[in-house]
Amino acid sequence: MQFMLLFSRQGKLRLQKWYVPLSDVQKKKISREVIQMVLARKPKMCSFLEWRDLKIVYKRYASLYFCCAVEDQENELITLEIIHRYVELLDKYFGSVCELDIIFNFEKAYYILDEFILGGEAQETSKKNVLKAIEQADMLQEEAETPRSVLEEIGLT
Amino acid sequence: MSDVVEKTLSALPGLFDNVTQTGAAKITSGLKQLIRSITELTSKHEEEKLMKQELSAMKEQVSSPNTSMKQMREVMVRAMYCEMLGYDASFTYIHAIKLAQQGSVLEKRVGYLAVSLFLTEGHELLLLLVNTVLKDLQSTNLIEVCMALTVVAQVFPKDMIPAVLPLVEDKLSHPKEIIRRKAVLALYKFYLIAPNQVQHIHAKFRKALCDKDPGVMTSSLHIYLQLIRESPDGYKDLTGSFVAIMKQVVGGKLPMDFYYHNVPAPWLQIQLLRILSLLGREDQSTSEQMYEVLDESLRRAEMNHNITYAILYECVKAIYTIHPKAELLEKAARCIGNFVLSPKINLKYLGLKALTYVVQHDAKLALQHQMTIIECLDHSDFTIKRETLELLFRITNAQNVTVIVEKMLDFLRGCGDEHTVIHLVGKVAELAEKFAPDNSWFIQTMSDVFSIGGDSLQQDVPNNFLRLLAEGSECKEEDDELRLFAVDSYLTVLKGDASHLPQHFLQVMSWVLGEYSHLQECVDQREVIRLLAKLLDQRSVSSETRVWILSALTKISEGQTDLILELAESLSSSQDTVLRQQAQELRHLSRDSQLQECVLPRGAPWDSMEVDSSLSFLDGFVSEALAAGAAPYKPPHQRQEELSEERALNLEPYSFSLPVSLSSCSITDRQSPPLLSVSSGLSGNSTELSQKEGSSTLILEGVRRVWGKDGYLPQKETAATAPPVDEPSIAVHPSGQQEVAERIETQPEPSTRNQDKQQLASSLFVGLGTQSSISLLGKSEAPPPRFRKKPRPHESSSSSSGTSERSSDSSSRSSRTTTDSFLYGSLLEEEPVTSTSTTTNGLSQNKHTEGDRRANTSQILGSDMVIVRPNTIQDRHPPSASSDLTALLPSEIKDLPHSDVISLTSDPSLSLASCRMFRDEALLLVIFICNCTDTVIKDVAVQLTCEELETASLRGNVVDCLEGKSTSVCHYALLMDEPHTNVSFTGTVSYQTQPGHTNTLPFSGTLSTVDFIRPLVVTTEEYGKLWLSLSHDVKQNLKLLTDAGGDPLKTTLNALKDALQLHVVDIIGSEGIVACRLLSGAPCLLHCRVNGSALAMWLRSPHPSLPDCILYHCQRALAEH
Repeated sequence: MQFMLLFSRQGKLRLQKWYVPLSDVQKKKISREVIQMVLARKPKMCSFLEWRDLKIVYKRYASLYFCCAVEDQENELITLEIIHRYVELLDKYFGSVCELDIIFNFEKAYYILDEFILGGEAQETSKKNVLKAIEQADMLQEEAETPRSVLEEIGLT
Repeated sequence: MSDVVEKTLSALPGLFDNVTQTGAAKITSGLKQLIRSITELTSKHEEEKLMKQELSAMKEQVSSPNTSMKQMREVMVRAMYCEMLGYDASFTYIHAIKLAQQGSVLEKRVGYLAVSLFLTEGHELLLLLVNTVLKDLQSTNLIEVCMALTVVAQVFPKDMIPAVLPLVEDKLSHPKEIIRRKAVLALYKFYLIAPNQVQHIHAKFRKALCDKDPGVMTSSLHIYLQLIRESPDGYKDLTGSFVAIMKQVVGGKLPMDFYYHNVPAPWLQIQLLRILSLLGREDQSTSEQMYEVLDESLRRAEMNHNITYAILYECVKAIYTIHPKAELLEKAARCIGNFVLSPKINLKYLGLKALTYVVQHDAKLALQHQMTIIECLDHSDFTIKRETLELLFRITNAQNVTVIVEKMLDFLRGCGDEHTVIHLVGKVAELAEKFAPDNSWFIQTMSDVFSIGGDSLQQDVPNNFLRLLAEGSECKEEDDELRLFAVDSYLTVLKGDASHLPQHFLQVMSWVLGEYSHLQECVDQREVIRLLAKLLDQRSVSSETRVWILSALTKISEGQTDLILELAESLSSSQDTVLRQQAQELRHLSRDSQLQECVLPRGAPWDSMEVDSSLSFLDGFVSEALAAGAAPYKPPHQRQEELSEERALNLEPYSFSLPVSLSSCSITDRQSPPLLSVSSGLSGNSTELSQKEGSSTLILEGVRRVWGKDGYLPQKETAATAPPVDEPSIAVHPSGQQEVAERIETQPEPSTRNQDKQQLASSLFVGLGTQSSISLLGKSEAPPPRFRKKPRPHESSSSSSGTSERSSDSSSRSSRTTTDSFLYGSLLEEEPVTSTSTTTNGLSQNKHTEGDRRANTSQILGSDMVIVRPNTIQDRHPPSASSDLTALLPSEIKDLPHSDVISLTSDPSLSLASCRMFRDEALLLVIFICNCTDTVIKDVAVQLTCEELETASLRGNVVDCLEGKSTSVCHYALLMDEPHTNVSFTGTVSYQTQPGHTNTLPFSGTLSTVDFIRPLVVTTEEYGKLWLSLSHDVKQNLKLLTDAGGDPLKTTLNALKDALQLHVVDIIGSEGIVACRLLSGAPCLLHCRVNGSALAMWLRSPHPSLPDCILYHCQRALAEH
């Protein structure tokens, strides 16, 4: 996979992950181009799009477009399912996810993506394992935040 | 009015919100607030304004030392958001690394995420991450190890892989599967970016493949897929293992976790299928091992869900890739039917894709789905249409080529996407060349290709076309007929409006007309000349095309002296030198018909020319030049080496030879000049270079050369060697059509619309049946192409000679590549070429040279041993007249280098002067207090304050009694910890002229950073090491001083050295390295490279603001110079 973009119906970028080294200017140009192309597609059209020498695979979930660019030889259907699995993961983590969840917690969405896809390849396809990894990291996060209050409590008592 | 009030009132709460959103509250809810306010904005302009504010607030926050890690974490999340919106927050990158380095687990997580989002491979800041990654890889905290591995698998500097490799390798045997999995993926990443570095751990990959955790094993397949793709033969022994894994997966042996919509581990299955197809390709025995599991896989995947189709698609591809087995092929073919006939458009698309793949093996399959294909051809979805054309391209043969090409051209005319156009136009050209039914169709189609393809057309399309025309087949009549068609058709095109035609097309036309218009006897050559000359007048015609046109005119100029001379006259005042030269040649040739006949013989064959690739005909010229004292030729690599030592290379002999070789070549070669390329081929050693360049130029194989060892080469006729072209066998046609017709009969025909489609189908799929029936009987031969290219005998020699003309800018080109390839990396690692100064007291040495050089500009004070450095800050007061003040300096500091004495202030009783003295570890500010009166002044006390500097009074700031007309000296040591471009100090002197009556005299002055800069004496090697360890850097282009006449780099560096106290470590070629430090503290390294007329300066320092500061002073020094 070369990159993944999440954007709204209005064309606002919500998440971007690049698995190939590109300059910021290129990234901006590409995402603008891809967003424009995908938004111009009609609902009955297929989820695939040839773009330069890549394939764009996209799917719309409510108001959000999930869009991946893969190599021409790649299997488009499995890419579509990667998107779907990612949505499932988000859904499970946030509890019926909506666009706002992703807007306000985009860093969490990145964490989940990083556990699922690493360096452009599917890393772990088991839903349980991905979420377990995220939960563990989140738990540690909470622990790291708590000590101060514990100390305060000790000081109080 | 009330409206306005209402709006104001409604806006008020918002305003209050903004006011209260300060301090801590702002920090915790900063992101949410930002997102909210951004979504509320309606215009892009407002957004930009808000973001500007936001970014500057963030900038302030990150640079403040009081920002806690927690706050930094929050800032980083906001920075990610800003970058996502497309705003540059690159100032936070370094802080992202810091956060990953210094933060707690929580902050690390954000830091690492930011790093992986912000930095791409090759970003220099990544080097700073290496230590953090190393530390975290060794951490006992699993989360930290995970984070480190995650970032390593995404971005990591290639050169630093050896540093972490052993640690990552160890992780392959970590008890936790998540760590093993991430380690495998990190190694996969390493393999992709630096394959030879992980060569030695292939055995460990096998261990990962056998891992008891399915996740780890799945990850290892990424590596294997890559390895097997590169060399399938090395991994045949693993076929059994892959088949066994596949069997277990398909058989449902995996834990339920790995099921996706009731399908066991689909991703794993697909990976395995890809690997198996690579292993089984063209290998019967390996293929046999996998038939069973492929069959099983096809059988199991029967559920109607996308994921099963994804597996099926991969399965079908595998079955058609490996050694065929009839039973499996049949099943797979049926399977494709499910795709193609599916009402779901995504599946239909994949079905077409699968068909496109399989028709290469069995074209008959397309016949079964012809109606679907035709429907897809008219589909409203662009993607589907395009994929259908791809499929048709694959099934094209001599019988259906006209219909298919027409479909493709139709599509192309309505297609706006440049990539698609280039891609498909190339295919049309390929088909036309292969299967053209007749000459006029071929020429017409190629004209369409050129006009649709436009100027983005790949260069090899016109090249191939011209070569085909030029080389011809064995039958001269046929060739001439084709050429005649081309001439006729192009004359018609040119008679119309040619202004909109692409350049490539114009070039092709002018070449053809120049070469073959004489074949057409009924056309007046004058008419051709007029048409071509008309093109020259068009503004849309590029200068490259003009050269083509002129070459064509040169070829047909014979006998039309009046027209040509007129044309040459009009061009002789052209701005373009190449055109002017050609016009000159044209004039010359048209006057001398004998020369014309000799240089451009008409109708001579294209092959059979002898190429003198060593250009030995120039030997005489070379030896003459050598005798005249020219330097012998040096191959490029040798020149490059020398260039690194000295930039200027004497290129005279080459440029001297230029006019001769250029003029002779461009006329004699019947190819147009733009085809010639640049190369330094004067003495035969140039093959290396010219071959490299060959790829970017037009292929000239088979183009006739008329110049050889002895000058002009007479043409030799050679017998045709290539076998006669086989015409496609006509005998098979009827049976093919018959078969199609039979198939059509079986289809229902409900409407006339359908009948149209049927008709289309019969024309599209004609010929497929026959071919496939042949292939069933045995190996079918591909139908011979209509235009067969002749073998090219002198592949390498002709290509090198084709590129070896026009040596004009060869020298400049090679020198350019030298500079390009001269990276500073090599400079930093290189052994010092010139010996570096070993004097420990670099400062005083500096001073000496400086003093010598600028003796005229600086005022030398005191005795000879006092060396004066010029003022770098502007002193408002003129230098004190009392130049003997320095004589009053205490002996222990007397010998230090110092500045001029400047007067600070004065009143009727006292006058103050100051002098800066440069000690290695501090700046001494000496203040001379001079009693101007004749009476004694008592209780003189000096108070010096400077907020930015550390000040320490060394002596003499309190004088009890200052005699009349005498001077007292006090001095302060000043230390600068934080660089500031300029600092000002203020002070007061209090004194009593009469007891009980205290006067105060305020004074002030400025100091610049320059006063605190000391040269840092290091060797080139030490410099290189230090460079890598420094983190903060700044890059900027500065003015290059060129006025002095000497080497601009040296001049500039000397100017800088004089102005600031720098140590020039080394100058190598166009680069110089310079070092200094802030007193005895933070070093700052400067790397300067001549970049055109500018000096690219790159500064590095461990101190964040020191480079900026020094850069500022460098700029000033150069501006004042």
